[in-house]
Amino acid sequence: MFETSFTRTDFLILLNGAWLTLQLTFWAVLIGTLGGIVLGWLRNAQPRLTIPLGWLLDVFRTVPLLIQFVLANSLNSILGLHWPIMLIGCVTLGLYCSAYCTDIVRSGLDAVSPNLRRAARSLGMTYWQELFNISAPLATRVAFPSWLNMTLAAMKDTALVMWLGLAELLRSSQYIITRIQEPLLVLCIVGLIYYVMSWAIAWCGARIERRWNTND
Amino acid sequence: MLNYNIQWSAIRRALPHLLDGALVTLQIAVASMVLGVIIALILTAMRQSNWRALKAFAATWISIARNTPSLFQIYMLYFGLGSFGLYVPSMIALLAGITFNNAGYLAESFRGGLKAVPDTQVRAARSLGMNAFQAYIHVVVPQLLRIVFHPITNQMVWAILMTSLGVIVGLDNDLTGVTQELNIKTFRTFELFITAAIIYYCMCKLVVVVARLLGWRLFRY
Repeated sequence: MFETSFTRTDFLILLNGAWLTLQLTFWAVLIGTLGGIVLGWLRNAQPRLTIPLGWLLDVFRTVPLLIQFVLANSLNSILGLHWPIMLIGCVTLGLYCSAYCTDIVRSGLDAVSPNLRRAARSLGMTYWQELFNISAPLATRVAFPSWLNMTLAAMKDTALVMWLGLAELLRSSQYIITRIQEPLLVLCIVGLIYYVMSWAIAWCGARIERRWNTND
Repeated sequence: MLNYNIQWSAIRRALPHLLDGALVTLQIAVASMVLGVIIALILTAMRQSNWRALKAFAATWISIARNTPSLFQIYMLYFGLGSFGLYVPSMIALLAGITFNNAGYLAESFRGGLKAVPDTQVRAARSLGMNAFQAYIHVVVPQLLRIVFHPITNQMVWAILMTSLGVIVGLDNDLTGVTQELNIKTFRTFELFITAAIIYYCMCKLVVVVARLLGWRLFRY
């Protein structure tokens, strides 16, 4: 049909890059969600006192991610840390995700009506019992679509770790393009792989939402 | 631990070049937003139409724009178009990539905003004798833009942040491109990129403040 120098090994190289992308996404979303839960709860519990925290997290959202990666890399040398670049990539993306997750968790917790909280406390629950048994499930259901959006955005932003030198999907495709000089074909395959990963994550999210909302 | 002395003179020497780059960044972002809003309005109209081909085209555009990284879209335009013999310069590829991305995301916001415009408006406009195009432009779009003003502001901030990807396709006169060029010449990575980060932060905050003022002025009635 048409000739190409794209071999099966090249496809395996792309899949290796895709696996690295998924790993980066996993660690970044894990760090981001854990950090976001703590900071989001803090921002919900003490809205006035944590306004400076809000400004600090806003910095992570207003500076381009590429520049954050470059600064993380140079801070790695300046502070003498000498971390591996995978760790720098995961931590930087994780901080970026936690800046978004803070607001997601905060909006989820804000969506729980204060009357429900007062009712739970008046039934004799302690603050933490109320938080884990009443507010958290409700907040999770409200915040889940936004959290899923953040996960998909994190997966797409892993493309920028090529600046640190990690060979994720887009960078691996560049190696292949440099060798076989067929950019359109390789980029179409890369786009398809991104599309499939994105669709898979969104499908898992839709399944979870359907399971949680069976009584609606 | 911190035996690193920040070289302030490097920042002082680089600042005029960085500010020139910031102006180019703002120009690219504004151009991509204007084109993006226009294309998003067209895509929204396509999605509302009854022709399956138009609906499919709009749906494909929006799903590709939202499911693939913006860097990938810029790569596709810069390297992919070269396969067809169309050698675009970096700035055009960056502008087209950001516009493509903007149009996709904005079309989704417009679709949500369109639900908030009552369709009695369109019926009233048509019954006054306007054709569909006039009804869309004169009656629906002003109300729609007011509803989605905040998402448009968000997308403008995103567009400014996305222009930083131009350096990867070789653009050397936007803010990140100038920073990288000076970095290659002087190796002052930390000072230059921290200054660039502060300039980006100030630009985005300025855009949000101007957008709030604009919104307050435009939507007084």
